[in-house]
Amino acid sequence: MTRQLKILEHTLASLLRRKAKNLSLLVVYAFTIATLGSVLFLTHALKTEASDSLAAAPELVVQRLAAGRNELIPVAYAERIRALPGVEKVTPRVWGYYYDALVKANFTLMGTAGEAEQIELLEGHLPSNPDECAVGSGVAAIFGAEIGDRLVLIDSHEQNRLYKISGLFSTASSLLTNDLILLPETTLREFFAIDEQRATDLAVEIYNQREVKTLAKKIRFHLPDTRPITRSEILHTYTTIFNWRSGMMLAVTLAALIAFCILAWDKATGISSEEKREIGILKALGWETADVLAIKFWEGLAISLTAFLLGIVAAWLHVFVLGAPALVPILKGWSVIFPDFPLTARVDLLQLLTLAFLTIVPYLACTLIPAWKTAVTDPEQVMRN
Amino acid sequence: MIRSRLFLGLIGCGVLLCFALLSYGQLQDPDLHGKRQLVKLLGLTDLALFSEARYTRHPSQADLFSAFQDYPAAFEHFPSGSLIAPAPVGLNRWISIHDPNERLP
Repeated sequence: MTRQLKILEHTLASLLRRKAKNLSLLVVYAFTIATLGSVLFLTHALKTEASDSLAAAPELVVQRLAAGRNELIPVAYAERIRALPGVEKVTPRVWGYYYDALVKANFTLMGTAGEAEQIELLEGHLPSNPDECAVGSGVAAIFGAEIGDRLVLIDSHEQNRLYKISGLFSTASSLLTNDLILLPETTLREFFAIDEQRATDLAVEIYNQREVKTLAKKIRFHLPDTRPITRSEILHTYTTIFNWRSGMMLAVTLAALIAFCILAWDKATGISSEEKREIGILKALGWETADVLAIKFWEGLAISLTAFLLGIVAAWLHVFVLGAPALVPILKGWSVIFPDFPLTARVDLLQLLTLAFLTIVPYLACTLIPAWKTAVTDPEQVMRN
Repeated sequence: MIRSRLFLGLIGCGVLLCFALLSYGQLQDPDLHGKRQLVKLLGLTDLALFSEARYTRHPSQADLFSAFQDYPAAFEHFPSGSLIAPAPVGLNRWISIHDPNERLP
């Protein structure tokens, strides 16, 4: 133990002698880990958010496809689906998109049947009159509106419609409701000119979870122009979207990682003549090859572990305290309204360990190998060169 | 051996800080009940992250050709489309061959 502490002492003194080189390496190393860590933290937090929240999504959503495109579905299909054994409830959903030319933003308009239950994350109440609406925080922010204000929307007949804001979804729900405008279903039908016989899609509730796939197949069999989407497919879509391997963000950071690898390889393998002489002197003084390797091991571990810890703390602060300002522009894309969402600081330990393994071990290896090559050479030859 | 002890102490503090930060998320209350109630009552299916196109606003509900509306292998119009991987294989991609006389289970 004391021997290892002494070797570490010697290593730290040696690192401090080359302060500038090691400090610059530490900064680049920590920055690379912080970038990769930020991507991992953000995507994992979003994935967790999606899987936690959407666990309550409809068990089955049935759409109608015509000529490969989504079409309005006849409400009569709901009756046929309801007649299938195992189906608990079928609710026709009416919703659509609305582009506001004034603020140049897209909104999602959704019909509500006037649920009696009070929503926890809604300030005010759900629209109960035909001229009322509830809006997400993004909609309220872009129009500068509050509860009691009027919202002007242009319907499918190019007529101005005024809706009084009766409810405002809290910021805590903005990842789900940011661009949402909730209107009474009858009002929304008039707005989009959708007749009573049609709906956007059907939400199906099923008694037994294990029957979902069978029922989806039955629906496809009886109504061949439909496309059932199960809840597990919805969740799978989000897992795929935020998958670590997919996405532009990782591609961008991979370039940074490769650049770092080249730098680290150059710094670590390009063992300087001064370092070679140092190894030669130590060997001439009677140090074993194992001792020289122990020095190099501690050197590599000191740099990589410090950089890893600094990088992880920086990534955590960047994502969960500052709200990932460096990554949000990439996520945001061309969205005019983007949710200002608070993320739950959930971290996948396995991903973190993988990151540690992929960054610390290669660096240790590329520090040890050239040192070993020098250490096994004759000290006299090393010092002469 | 002041330096080595100081270094090990600092690394120990760093590891503890990391564990504290990582476990902080587990102790946070994400208000799942409120969010799930909202999703259940309104029948929501997607996150309101990318609102620039219908297939980025509702990726799970988009039609299968939406990302390639112009022609196959067309360049993606929207930057967030680059974040969205190809649609997973689902029920709609299954090919099932039935005997016309066969009855479904």
